[in-house]
Amino acid sequence: MSTTIESTPQADVGRGMRFTNWAANYVDERTSASTAVKTLGRKIFPDHWSFMLGEVALYSFIVILISGTFLTFYFDPSMAHVPYEGSYLPLKGIEMSVAYHTALDLSFDIRGGLLMRQVHHWAALLFVASIALHMLRVFFTGAFRKPRELNWIVGFLLFVLAMAEGFTGYSLPDDLLSGNGLRIIDGMIKAFPVVGVWMSYLFFGDQFPGMEVIPRLYVLHIMLLPAILIATLAIHMVLLVVNKHTQFAGPGRTNDNVVGSPVMPVFAAKAGGFFFLVFGVIMLIASLFTINPIWNYGPYDPSPVSAGTQPDWYIGFADGALRLIPPGWEFVLFGYTFAMTILVPTVILIVFLGAVAVYPFFEAWVTGDKREHHIAERPRNAPTRTGIGAAGVMFYAVLWAAASSDLIATHFKLTIEGVINTLQVLLILAPIAAFMITKRTCLALQRKDREIALHGYESGRIVRLPGGEYVEVHEQLDDYERWRLLDYNDYQPLTVRPNDEGRITVGTKLRAGMSRWFFEDRVLPIEAKELEGAGKH
Amino acid sequence: MADTPEPSDVETSGHDDVVDPGTAVERSNAPQNPGLAPEHQRVTDLDDKEAKGMERRISLFFLLSIVGSVFAAVAYVIFPIIPGDMGSVRMNNLTVGLGLSVALLGVGIGAVQWAKALMHGHELVEERHPTRGSEESRQAAVETFQQANKESGFTRRSLIRNTLFGALLAAPIPAVVLFRDLAPAEDPIELMKTTMWTEGVRLTRDPSGVPIRATDVTIGSAFHVVPDGWKDLEHGKLEEKAKAAVLLMRLPVDELNEDPAKTDWSYQGIVAYSKICTHVGCPVALYEQQTHHLLCPCHQSEFDVANHCEVIFGPAARPLPQLPITIDAEGYLVARSGFTEPVGPSFWERQL
Repeated sequence: MSTTIESTPQADVGRGMRFTNWAANYVDERTSASTAVKTLGRKIFPDHWSFMLGEVALYSFIVILISGTFLTFYFDPSMAHVPYEGSYLPLKGIEMSVAYHTALDLSFDIRGGLLMRQVHHWAALLFVASIALHMLRVFFTGAFRKPRELNWIVGFLLFVLAMAEGFTGYSLPDDLLSGNGLRIIDGMIKAFPVVGVWMSYLFFGDQFPGMEVIPRLYVLHIMLLPAILIATLAIHMVLLVVNKHTQFAGPGRTNDNVVGSPVMPVFAAKAGGFFFLVFGVIMLIASLFTINPIWNYGPYDPSPVSAGTQPDWYIGFADGALRLIPPGWEFVLFGYTFAMTILVPTVILIVFLGAVAVYPFFEAWVTGDKREHHIAERPRNAPTRTGIGAAGVMFYAVLWAAASSDLIATHFKLTIEGVINTLQVLLILAPIAAFMITKRTCLALQRKDREIALHGYESGRIVRLPGGEYVEVHEQLDDYERWRLLDYNDYQPLTVRPNDEGRITVGTKLRAGMSRWFFEDRVLPIEAKELEGAGKH
Repeated sequence: MADTPEPSDVETSGHDDVVDPGTAVERSNAPQNPGLAPEHQRVTDLDDKEAKGMERRISLFFLLSIVGSVFAAVAYVIFPIIPGDMGSVRMNNLTVGLGLSVALLGVGIGAVQWAKALMHGHELVEERHPTRGSEESRQAAVETFQQANKESGFTRRSLIRNTLFGALLAAPIPAVVLFRDLAPAEDPIELMKTTMWTEGVRLTRDPSGVPIRATDVTIGSAFHVVPDGWKDLEHGKLEEKAKAAVLLMRLPVDELNEDPAKTDWSYQGIVAYSKICTHVGCPVALYEQQTHHLLCPCHQSEFDVANHCEVIFGPAARPLPQLPITIDAEGYLVARSGFTEPVGPSFWERQL
């Protein structure tokens, strides 16, 4: 590691340093911690606002662990039925499960309990949201390319685990809303061919809802899933350190270096401070805004349901997928029922998530590029990938909107049928349109970059020439600004060539086709010679 | 191009074979990286007075944080929760929460500001090295495996190895049966096909359990119904209700379009249908009196009560099962029989 600051290990030892020195020596002689400080202490982290999204996810997870631990001291997941005896008058005497009772006690009888419940729930919503945004950042900047494909998979697992944590936690209070959520899960499990009924029966420990499911979800929620999540997170962090962070193109930044701030002290201060900022903002939201007012819903009962209820945001896309299936998708073959109305959306969701997981390998196959990539790309410089990403976002967004189809209909005074039918059409058309518009926009932006790099930007200064002609003066970028526009990867479509046996395999043809789709439309990068000739205009 | 290795970089990459760039265009005529831009000087770098002022402002944030922490602790005591008083809950939540927010944000803003304005602000450069291990360590790793293989005979003694694989594969088999007792011994498929409804069971109101007379059910009204005896169940109340919940509605007789084989399933325009949606099991709780449509609030399946509850919109695949009803000697509505098909969402063995 080469840094421009000289370290001064032999600095004068002041009075106050004596204890610190003794302690550092004591620890090092027993742990060799100095090696870790030496390797990690001055590690360089590049700076960009979008690199903070992953940090938000990490910090909100720590907030979840802290607030969640507080909640476990008071919450009892038992489904045994008791009359309510807490201090919330509208529910006085009503039969409910111990889980719901203690969740209400946390809200109304424990000081700071409601605050911690709301911190926990808001932090959970932020956790999944920041993971999703972090994934989009990584996707759109190509930060998943070699050598980071495996860490993309690890991150994807974290996303799935976060959703699983969210859903299991959402179900724990055993209120009417979460109970209906479980009912939907039960219905989906039962639709599964061959084993569905048995899986539901074993999971719920009886016929739905049974007396077992909340304690079981509790074990998953506070032990098994967090353990897996923390282990996966550790792998994610280790790989981050091994691969070092990507950086955006810029003057002095190359594929072979990292430019930024050292862990000690600048990055540690910024990141540590940022943890407190994230925690503080979550705390502020939790003290001002109610989330999941379980006391309004009442205890779970299979008969009533409130209209217009919504799942937590990250489950919305799955709920929306269920809603968009047209009527009557079910058939019976040899006496067995195929509930396509459930199976089709389940398969679509699995395929969609699977496509997200394997995308880096797909792109690596298309480009055949085996080099390491440490420069994060601007989305415009990979038009087809950005288009694919936009299509994926659109697909997700339509499913997500569908989860609120009833609220869209009531708020905008539309018919529910009209909203659903429109979304069904949009689910197919919107991603295609998003792909085409995004790809074209990217190419246009690339051309604009090319023009600015070569001929400068419009200064807004109009000059009248002696002949009476008006022209706008173009200002040149300086070398450092211009470099940001110049530094990017360029690919050309694969030419089909026969292999050693003189044959063209189906795989080659397929790859060539994909390659054409990716790279046929491209804007040529600027050459050094062009730049030299350009400045005069 | 940053990705185009310069001659010197190829050597430092630690292995001789050139990495395949695939279809990437590696250009020799690419513009040159101009190198790091000149350092930007902050106002606190240039002016010592500004730096002193910044130091005071940052400490102020940390002091504010201390005030916030103390306030949160005090608020916990002086704004207690008074049982039954919702205002006190809100006050406790607000004051403790705001105190903690100030405490946390004070530390956060102070630390970030310290890093941005006062700490060494120049960018530093660290070299990257190829992710793959050095040739020596790769070689050493290969040799380690080979040595281990030689010493154990892992590939040579294939009988031992393959039987070990077999044993490891067989080890999880007990886990499959170990989970059987997660649920009671009954066959869930039989349980799903039966409900509390049998011939002669009275229809009672949910949740009071009061029986319903045919004359109580006026045209346009809808009742949430459970079977007589449900209220007094000792165990399994929710499980039974999750299957037996029924909606009772009365339509004008001439608007009711009945299956000729099922004309005696209704009583003078009064019909009873399972309330459990055939999609994924939500209660179909919304009844539109004018159109005689039932709407499931979860996924918006719509059922037409006038037309034997067939699906007219939404993802549900089947009509709601109808409960055949009649009246007993005292004029109360009773079931003529149980449901003739399983209620609720579809499942594999439903039609067996």
